Amino acid sequence: MDEILFFLFGPLAVLAALGAVVLRNPFYAVLSLVLHLLALSMLFLLLYAQFVAVVQVMVYVGAVMVLYVFVNAYVGGTTNADGSVNTPQGGNGPSLRLLSYGIAALLAVTVGIAVLGTGLQAIDDQSSSIEAGFGSPTEIGELLLTRFLLPFEGASFLLLVAAVGAVVLARRRGGVLPGEERMISASELLAPTGTGSMREGVGAINPNPGARSVALGASSGSRASSGPSVSTTDDPASRGERPDDRRREREDDAPNDAPPRQDAPPSDVRTPSVDPDRPADPATPGIDPPTPAPSDEVPPASSSPEDGRDDEDAR
Amino acid sequence: MSSGWFLAVSALVFGIGAIGVLTRRNPLLVLVSLELMLNAGNLALITFARMHGSAEGHIFAMIVMVVAAAEVAIGLGIVVALYRNRVAVDVDELRELRG
Repeated sequence: MDEILFFLFGPLAVLAALGAVVLRNPFYAVLSLVLHLLALSMLFLLLYAQFVAVVQVMVYVGAVMVLYVFVNAYVGGTTNADGSVNTPQGGNGPSLRLLSYGIAALLAVTVGIAVLGTGLQAIDDQSSSIEAGFGSPTEIGELLLTRFLLPFEGASFLLLVAAVGAVVLARRRGGVLPGEERMISASELLAPTGTGSMREGVGAINPNPGARSVALGASSGSRASSGPSVSTTDDPASRGERPDDRRREREDDAPNDAPPRQDAPPSDVRTPSVDPDRPADPATPGIDPPTPAPSDEVPPASSSPEDGRDDEDAR
Repeated sequence: MSSGWFLAVSALVFGIGAIGVLTRRNPLLVLVSLELMLNAGNLALITFARMHGSAEGHIFAMIVMVVAAAEVAIGLGIVVALYRNRVAVDVDELRELRG
């Protein structure tokens, strides 16, 4: 059984490695590397290294290769569109290429001799007997936390340094562009817009300003002939705690540079003839309030039943 | 199962990875070839661990994996930075280390 599995996955590992080197398309090369890593994890299993095999699959095939594929998708377009990047070019290309093949072959022979030739006496065909828990997470963890504690901590520190370094390398160099600078208040940080909070449900916060006020304006506009009483029963639920909330929201918005989100000024005195939402929304200049709301501009999903009725009326 | 077979696979994969590092010009593929070499070393380490019946080789292999992950993160960060700066993504053209 061991022999069958080895002669299935050993040549597969070698062939996939060859494919990773030979294939022109970087994406196919990365996929071939994934195949190689999977075959190698099978070889690890044959060597009774269960934990390392699982870590190989999870860390390499699961995480590192995803990174490769993403960067490949990000960069690979230009390198393939050029066409000149992968193919050798320049005056000294072919000779250096031949030289590199020779060096690599020499290296392979050297490594082969070092691994196989001189150590051949030391390699006994029947491997030493192993105890039951060989390669198990228990043994690995015990070794990592007792004997190899210092390398373990060093490895974690190395990963931290690598993460910080990757962020520093991949960040945008130009800094913040002039239009992008934006102050964020603490309450906005705690409850960002568009997360479906209670205040959004009652309409105090509008993730896409203009949608709600347009719908309300349209409904009240179409209902203007039906009398002012309807427009007062229109919105008691949303109006009930509105001025308070809106004032608070204005205080939140005060340090912002963003366009002011005032779908209606806090009108304490409301006459029923005056549409409270009419003076709203300089943020949407192109949309005339009495026009019926477009179908895609609906209020947020968690809206009060009055809002739903308004929408149906508007359509 | 003799350990020599595993070591032969390890040496072959190491040689193939060396060929890739020396001949490829796309830095992404150079990183892929480096992964091949590191994994060949891992296979050798685990084979020796099996041969001697001690799990210390597994620890070495896992440390090598950590180093490989760090190398991939930094290497791909460099590739992305090259792409952002509109430099030719070619290891033969990259002779300067100036930021």
